[in-house]
Amino acid sequence: MSFLTSLFGRKSSAPVARDRLQILLAHERAGEGQSELIAKLQEEILEVIKRHITVDQDKVQIKMDRGAGVSMLEIDIEVPESAKPAAKAG
Amino acid sequence: MAKVLVVTSGKGGVGKTTSTAALGAALAQTGKNVVVVDFDVGLRNLDLVMGAERRVVFDLINVVQGDAKLAQALIRDKRVETLSILPASQTRDKDALTPEGVARVIEELREKFDWVICDSPAGIERGAQLAMYHADQAVVVTNPEVSSVRDSDRIIGMLDSTTERAKKGEKIDKHLLLTRYDPARAARGEMLRTEDVLEILSIPLLGIIPESEEVLRASNLGMPVTLSNPTSAPARAYFEAVRRLEGETLDVSVPTERKGLFDWLFKRSVA
Ligand SMILES: Nc1ncnc2c1ncn2[C@@H]1O[C@H](COP(=O)(O)OP(=O)(O)O)[C@@H](O)[C@H]1O
Ligand SMILES: [Mg+2]
Repeated sequence: MSFLTSLFGRKSSAPVARDRLQILLAHERAGEGQSELIAKLQEEILEVIKRHITVDQDKVQIKMDRGAGVSMLEIDIEVPESAKPAAKAG
Repeated sequence: MAKVLVVTSGKGGVGKTTSTAALGAALAQTGKNVVVVDFDVGLRNLDLVMGAERRVVFDLINVVQGDAKLAQALIRDKRVETLSILPASQTRDKDALTPEGVARVIEELREKFDWVICDSPAGIERGAQLAMYHADQAVVVTNPEVSSVRDSDRIIGMLDSTTERAKKGEKIDKHLLLTRYDPARAARGEMLRTEDVLEILSIPLLGIIPESEEVLRASNLGMPVTLSNPTSAPARAYFEAVRRLEGETLDVSVPTERKGLFDWLFKRSVA
């Protein structure tokens, strides 16, 4: 079809539409299971940290950023200055 | 065994009601016992497109609520005797459709017909979910345009998760019906290509219905296009689609009104 497009003298917009859709839908499809996964990660990571340091639940931030090629899981833990090793049980 | 088919899309105005009427009529024209059910409560267009608007006495909600018997609400088509319509009500509250009531009506329709075709309302809310809930198969109506494809993707996700079959861990057969397709605009790269839509949505192609004034003429006359002009391009595409629904394997072509350079080029470019 390329000679036709040049015949009409305008760059076709359909390929742009296709690329935008592919990226958008990859995100939307991933989005469904994603919030559950993040909630679970948050909970379990917090559990691990608590074994060693006393931190607030809301001081642990977990974000997921899905790109076309790489996805990033960002974990941000704010440790209080007075952080002390949690009292060992037993 | 009866088959329940939902015609759905997410987006409005893409051709669900037109396709419900045409597919239903085409199946009935081949001798199958067919009922088309209007789930678009509040808008009620299927009766109009089928030319049955003056014969509506009772509707789906009356039957769901037990105010009328199914037989009282079914309207037999005057042109094709194996075709019936169960209309939707125009005025009533959308919440009047209860899941239990719908289940009972669908069960009853399954006993009477070979095909039960449900015309879904637009959207992804309750009405659309009720229309798809009992489906064994789905026709996802899509226009080659970004917002329609995106909505179809969400609907496909719902078909795989919120239907009765999905909940039982069973598959629901999904088919893509590309409608309002303009071959000339596609050739100029102004519309998403069929291959791209198929790759993105990855469900099998049931047919490509060209944009055609025959569809408008058919709805003016109150006839499904397969009855008003059986040899027109959209009618031929619907007849082909129905053969695929019945399990035949056919190459998908885009029937065109006139033969020209574009048609020739186009035919070669479609998978
Ligand atoms: N293939 C087609 N060619 C031309 N017009 C069409 C075609 N399919 C649908 N239409 C028109 O588009 C409008 C919306 O169609 P409709 O079937 O009511 O969509 P929906 O039920 O999805 O809202 C109607 O005016 C209809 O006549
Ligand atoms: Mg409609």
